[in-house]
Amino acid sequence: MGFFHRHRGLTPYLLLAPGMLWLTFFFLVPLGFLAYQSLQSGSIDFGYSFTWAWSNYGDAIRNYRGQFERSFLYAGIATVLALVISYPVAYWIAFRGGRWKNLLLLFIVAPFFVTYLIRTLAWQTILSDNGLVVRTLDQLHLLGLLGTNGRILSTGTAVVAGITYNFLPFMALPLYVSLEQIDPRLIEAAEDLYASRPKAFLRVTLPLSMPGVVAGTLLTFIPAAGDFINAQLLGSPTNHMIGNVIESKYKELLDYPAAAAMSFVLMAVILLMVLAYARAVGTEKLTG
Amino acid sequence: MTSVAVPARARRSNVARDALAFVRRHILTAYSLLFFGYLMLPIGVVIAFSFNNPKGRFNYTWQGFTWKNWSQWDAIPGLRDALMLSLEIALVASIVATALGTLVALALVRYRFHGRGSTNLLVFLPLSTPEIVLGASLLTLFLNLNNTITIGFWTILIAHVMFCISFAVVTVKARLIGFDRHLEEAAMDLGANEWTTFQKVTLPLIAPAILAALLLCFAISIDDFVVTYFNAGNRVTFPVFVWGAARVATPPQINVIGTAIFVIAVTLMLANILVQRVRASKGVV
Repeated sequence: MGFFHRHRGLTPYLLLAPGMLWLTFFFLVPLGFLAYQSLQSGSIDFGYSFTWAWSNYGDAIRNYRGQFERSFLYAGIATVLALVISYPVAYWIAFRGGRWKNLLLLFIVAPFFVTYLIRTLAWQTILSDNGLVVRTLDQLHLLGLLGTNGRILSTGTAVVAGITYNFLPFMALPLYVSLEQIDPRLIEAAEDLYASRPKAFLRVTLPLSMPGVVAGTLLTFIPAAGDFINAQLLGSPTNHMIGNVIESKYKELLDYPAAAAMSFVLMAVILLMVLAYARAVGTEKLTG
Repeated sequence: MTSVAVPARARRSNVARDALAFVRRHILTAYSLLFFGYLMLPIGVVIAFSFNNPKGRFNYTWQGFTWKNWSQWDAIPGLRDALMLSLEIALVASIVATALGTLVALALVRYRFHGRGSTNLLVFLPLSTPEIVLGASLLTLFLNLNNTITIGFWTILIAHVMFCISFAVVTVKARLIGFDRHLEEAAMDLGANEWTTFQKVTLPLIAPAILAALLLCFAISIDDFVVTYFNAGNRVTFPVFVWGAARVATPPQINVIGTAIFVIAVTLMLANILVQRVRASKGVV
């Protein structure tokens, strides 16, 4: 222990070193390689070489603008849906859950214990042409409302539904955490001061739960925008997102520079949106 | 009853208000139950279809009940190997990531040092990067190392430890922050050195958080598809197997494994909740 006493200032760095080196070498350095690859040109047969090929970025945006826009549109809709669907439940567990809170939270995360791909395949079954949802709508004579020839599977609706379901716990958990921390006496105080219940909710509960709303929105939106599994399994090629393009360029076409450039554009747009969002709702809420 | 004296109109409005309050109270409960039904629907489908007896290659429509998918769970070539690889990776990755993550959490909570902010940032960044970017950038690294590392078991393991570390740090840090430092100071005052204090006081107190981090990392690792798919080469983990299968055929044995993983995970979580409840009732922190 003598060493540690003589070099007390060194201890935190020794503790940090293994983990931080791992993240540096296998997270930061790879991002550098991704940047390097994104500026290369050539072909898989003759090899790629670094040529400051900024045109990869222009091409990525020009050729796949539709997929980029669709990614952010689907992710945005799914995030709003997840927020609206799970807020009342998070509220219910936080204020009415009593001794069952932990058990109810287990139910919220239960979908995570079924392999992601398998639960998406289950949605394929549920939304298929002779599946539960289509048949129910058919019996209620509501199938025409869809406007997609009576289909749900292989439409944008199915993709958004899949994304919403798959990332729902990322929304519900932070919402629950921030609602749970609210002192119920604050809400009672507002009501004692003649606020109606809706007004007490809007002026007290909702603002106090904003950190959860912000965290949940980010945790849902970021993975949703990069997703390709839902579009692949529940949509048709017309519903493909940018993740599908990156996946096929990397795994099938071996067009690494284009795929790397697209990955960077995806990351940059997400980062810009997060910053804009943080600015709109206030950074002190973002960092909690 | 003294309420006899209350005028009829006031009583009625009381009843109406009570009824409204009743509806209000129960609308939220009813909605929540509906929500849980929605959440459980696909899980129910996965479990039910593990007992299906499909006629064709795809397991999408209900044909009839059978036990045979369960009794012959490894009748599909490659399924057993894929599952074994997933378990092996998840076991090693969760242990390594939890060890590294615990050390980082200790440094972050216990010490003031230069570079704290950037350390926090480096822990946070992988959590806020889309998986496809994590997978693609790691693959780019391995490709550019020109075959100094074969893409396969080791690259999968490296990737899994990488994305698990941040989760381990966050989990252990949460426990360390709400931790009474006086307990450690007391041990030191009684003559224990730093290492003994860590072994006898700190470690037992943060053990539940370390266990939670281990379980979380294991669950994330065994479920990961995207990053693995990019960095697996020709090795096949269970999710990669499902992905490949989904294109040509979906044998019900996939649902059998999915159901088994679900049941084991939920049982572990339930046990954890029960243990916590018993500990809480005994007044143990």
